[in-house]
Amino acid sequence: MADAGATAPDLLPPRFQAWFEGRGWAPRAHQLEMVAKAREGRDALLIAPTGGGKTLAGFLPTLIELSERPPGNTPRGLHTLYISPLKALAVDVERNLGKPIAEMGLPIVAESRTGDTGVARRQRQRVKPPDILLTTPEQLALLCAWEGARLYFQDLRCVILDEIHTLHASKRGDLLALDLARLQVLAPALRRVGLSATVDDPEVIKNWMASHGRADALPCPLRGGGSSIDLVRGPPGAEPIVDVLLSEGRVPWSGHTAQHAMAEVYEVIKKARIALVFVNTRFQAEFAFQELWKLNDDGLPIALHHGSLAAEQRRKVEAAMARGELRAVVCTSTLDLGIDWGDVDLVIQLASPKGASRMVQRIGRANHRLDEPSRALFVPANRFEMLECQAAREAIAENKLDGDPPRVGALDVLAQHVMGCAVSEPFDMLTLYDEVRSAGPYRDLSWEDFEAVVDFVSTGGYALKTYDRFRRIVKLPDGTWRVRNLQVAQRHRLNVGAIVSPAMLSVRVGTRRGQGGRKVGEVEEGMLEMLDPGDTFVFAGQVWELLGVTSLDVLVRPANDREPKMPSWGGSKFALSTYLAKRVRQLMFDEEHWKVLPTDVCEWLGAQKDRSLIVAEDEMLLETFPRGRRNFMVVYPFEGRLTHTTLAMLLTRRLERLGVGPLGFVCNDYAMAIWALEPMDSLDFAELFSEDMLGDDLEAWLSESFMMKRAFKACAIISGLIEKRFPGAETKTGRQITFSTDLIYDVLRRHEPDHLLLRCARADAATGLVDVARLGDMLTRIRGRIRHSPLDRLSPFSVPILLEIGKERSPGQAGERILAEAEEDLIAEATR
Amino acid sequence: MNAPAPSPFNYAFAASACGGLATRVARADVVMRCSGALWIEGAQALVVADLHLEKGSSYARRGQLLPPYDTRETLGRLEAEIAATKPAVVVLLGDTFHDRKSEARLAPDDAERLRGLATGRRLVWVIGNHDADGPQTLPGEAVDEIVLGGLTLRHEPRAGAQPGEVAGHLHPAARVVAPRGTVRRRCFVTDGERTVLPAFGAYAGGLNVLDAAFAGLFVRPPLAGALGAARVRAIGWRRLAGD
Repeated sequence: MADAGATAPDLLPPRFQAWFEGRGWAPRAHQLEMVAKAREGRDALLIAPTGGGKTLAGFLPTLIELSERPPGNTPRGLHTLYISPLKALAVDVERNLGKPIAEMGLPIVAESRTGDTGVARRQRQRVKPPDILLTTPEQLALLCAWEGARLYFQDLRCVILDEIHTLHASKRGDLLALDLARLQVLAPALRRVGLSATVDDPEVIKNWMASHGRADALPCPLRGGGSSIDLVRGPPGAEPIVDVLLSEGRVPWSGHTAQHAMAEVYEVIKKARIALVFVNTRFQAEFAFQELWKLNDDGLPIALHHGSLAAEQRRKVEAAMARGELRAVVCTSTLDLGIDWGDVDLVIQLASPKGASRMVQRIGRANHRLDEPSRALFVPANRFEMLECQAAREAIAENKLDGDPPRVGALDVLAQHVMGCAVSEPFDMLTLYDEVRSAGPYRDLSWEDFEAVVDFVSTGGYALKTYDRFRRIVKLPDGTWRVRNLQVAQRHRLNVGAIVSPAMLSVRVGTRRGQGGRKVGEVEEGMLEMLDPGDTFVFAGQVWELLGVTSLDVLVRPANDREPKMPSWGGSKFALSTYLAKRVRQLMFDEEHWKVLPTDVCEWLGAQKDRSLIVAEDEMLLETFPRGRRNFMVVYPFEGRLTHTTLAMLLTRRLERLGVGPLGFVCNDYAMAIWALEPMDSLDFAELFSEDMLGDDLEAWLSESFMMKRAFKACAIISGLIEKRFPGAETKTGRQITFSTDLIYDVLRRHEPDHLLLRCARADAATGLVDVARLGDMLTRIRGRIRHSPLDRLSPFSVPILLEIGKERSPGQAGERILAEAEEDLIAEATR
Repeated sequence: MNAPAPSPFNYAFAASACGGLATRVARADVVMRCSGALWIEGAQALVVADLHLEKGSSYARRGQLLPPYDTRETLGRLEAEIAATKPAVVVLLGDTFHDRKSEARLAPDDAERLRGLATGRRLVWVIGNHDADGPQTLPGEAVDEIVLGGLTLRHEPRAGAQPGEVAGHLHPAARVVAPRGTVRRRCFVTDGERTVLPAFGAYAGGLNVLDAAFAGLFVRPPLAGALGAARVRAIGWRRLAGD
């Protein structure tokens, strides 16, 4: 695949050839091709599986260029910038890069810079930049908002974007694309290099990372969208060996824990050298870890790793793993990305993978050697998951992957970027508009939207123009814009970044005086709503009793409880990918295909066929039946919990209007059930499921929903309307002042419903939180293809979803009912 | 509060027609209204606390450009309450403005609406800590405290037993725990002897009633009148949780 006849001796200097030979390696074709691309000055996207020497391929051109540079007396600027989605990965790559640099004796300084980097080192890096800087998108945004950014980056020749497939389709990706555009202006000779795992559609990533501009608008020649990026492919690697655990005769009807299969999983771990056990949520991780230790008569070193654990504890696990002291680690997506752990030979996926691409990534964690196949075992937690795991296994075997659709850059992120530009140096609006549109996600940005964003940054962008004298950026006599004063600049720098995480509380062991002692880890605030003081729960691999919650700490004490209360959880936080959903529907309809399934699951499908219907891949099954004193309607769109929940909310409104008296609903990844007072057999289903529900019904429901408030809060923080942190502004109790965004949302919605931030929040809620696009596609797909099966009792398919009734928590809107209940309690007490 | 007294409530409460909660404070009949305003029957007085007008522009001054609509939103609510109750007296119970320069920042139409409040009725500005200068150009009487219908109205609650005191300042909010879940709402707090009003302003935050600032104000475990969508809910002390 390398360019015609380009061989190692042509491309590699002797020092590098000797180094490869000395290690008994030969440079791989894609590594040489990357060197060739650099020689030609081309931007490149390298797509290679994990373990393909991808990182070295990215850095090789830089190392060669730097090694060939004549010794100079003048201090030099930054040559290569490496961006990783994870702090830990940047540090890991720094270590790995150190080896070739040291072994070849190259005069190159490579350093990482993350939020954890010490102040002294950061200051030194600013005055005396290393040759190679390894950092994260957030740190880059901060560097771009420096006053000296232009000088700092002027010598930059190359930017390497690692694990780009995890970054592009998000707000972090928007921010990074904007900073890339800025870097290109500061350093026109800059080359862009992307490193990605195998993806379904490389064009999407090429378009994201390319500079989109007209030759006249930008100082750099040959820029023309995705076509300006050359694609380099690594070797495909050996086919992974994927099995599905059949658990013959014991596949549960519902649930997400895979408890039934733990003994089998334990046996598999015993036979493997080192196994990674992936789960989808932190709760699942805790549960699986507990279950495995109950079975662990051999005392195998099995550890736990997820994002809620204290950093120190995570690092301990990582270090033990690197030393080869562990036999298994139960982990969440925290270990999805390419940090190298050595000798993992088996990946176990507990509960369904939800998407083929994510699974390929996870499988890639086993055997970081290309010539040996990776081994993976899927462990379905219920019957529908059995179908899903089989479909995923076949998709992986056919190398059919699902991908993220391209996204349109968010305006709240753009607002943050515009502020960053103004903080760094004065900008001209027209020039910045062209610069911004050279970033892939913003290439179609309209002038009106850009103007609105600049106005928002300056005055808040309100129709009521009372804030003109409080402008955060001001127009200078020469027509350029710059930040109003140092304080505003300083506060912007404190709040840079596009990740808005839910409020986290520290879990601490309570002391006798009711104060927080040792920190065990962190939990999301929301998790606590399910627990009351005195309840026991599993966290960090132990059972704890909840003592209480202070403002920032969750106080716990160790409990000896054998049967901890498990907070209910909704299975996976990942939605089933559209592609995998389609394959599941195909598998279900194709009776010949059922032979890959265990007997009990086949019998279940057979019973469904006899008692109700099994419909074709492009149809949707709708069942109605009475049960108890209620009437049920169950549909099976297989579009994921998020889409189903949105559908259920909207259908409930319609059913209300039709006088059916809907009482409740429940959703999982495969199905949705609604129950009502009146029978629903004779409704006009084509009408009920018509696409116009996405109009007024959606608008009305959304504006009241807690999801909009959540989306608004994130947009308010990212755009800089609300500051998470500002200097010296702490209350007497030591708590940071926080302003309730719900109050702002309510006021803004009533007085200026079309404000930029409300538009942002609506767009976010419609994609991330309720997934309107996917629901729309689904409604189109099933138009004229709803198969109604009227039944006198429940069907085999409906059992799993009906079993989930009662496990659900009512969403945040139930506030009034909660107050009423609490009041009844008082009345009871008062009248006792 | 460590040991809630088991004794039955020695004060009565009932839902009133407006969705509010009718009760007595030191033998004076009052209604805790859904808006967060207090109606004093004996004086035909409407009392609102902690409007914090121009809080938005106060933040904007320092670079945080919150929507500039808080003053008109708050005034809209107050005008609706006045239209509904037709009071003889309107009492602004302190911290009516967010800072000492707020009055000068008022939009002209908002200032006009504020002047309108004093037309055809008595308008009383109780002085608070945020607006210690009182109104500069706006009509109405400025006082440190005032006695109306047998109740003493002042901004900041005094320590120790204060039978008949109506105060604001603390922005009480209740976090209510029920089997179904948890909600946090602004609330009145009363033990039948005195009461603290919720903040009325659109941008005014809330302080949990379990905070130490409330300790020692009440002679018995008080009742929280939590502001619901259309009703004030009487919530017992043991249903409340910290933040």
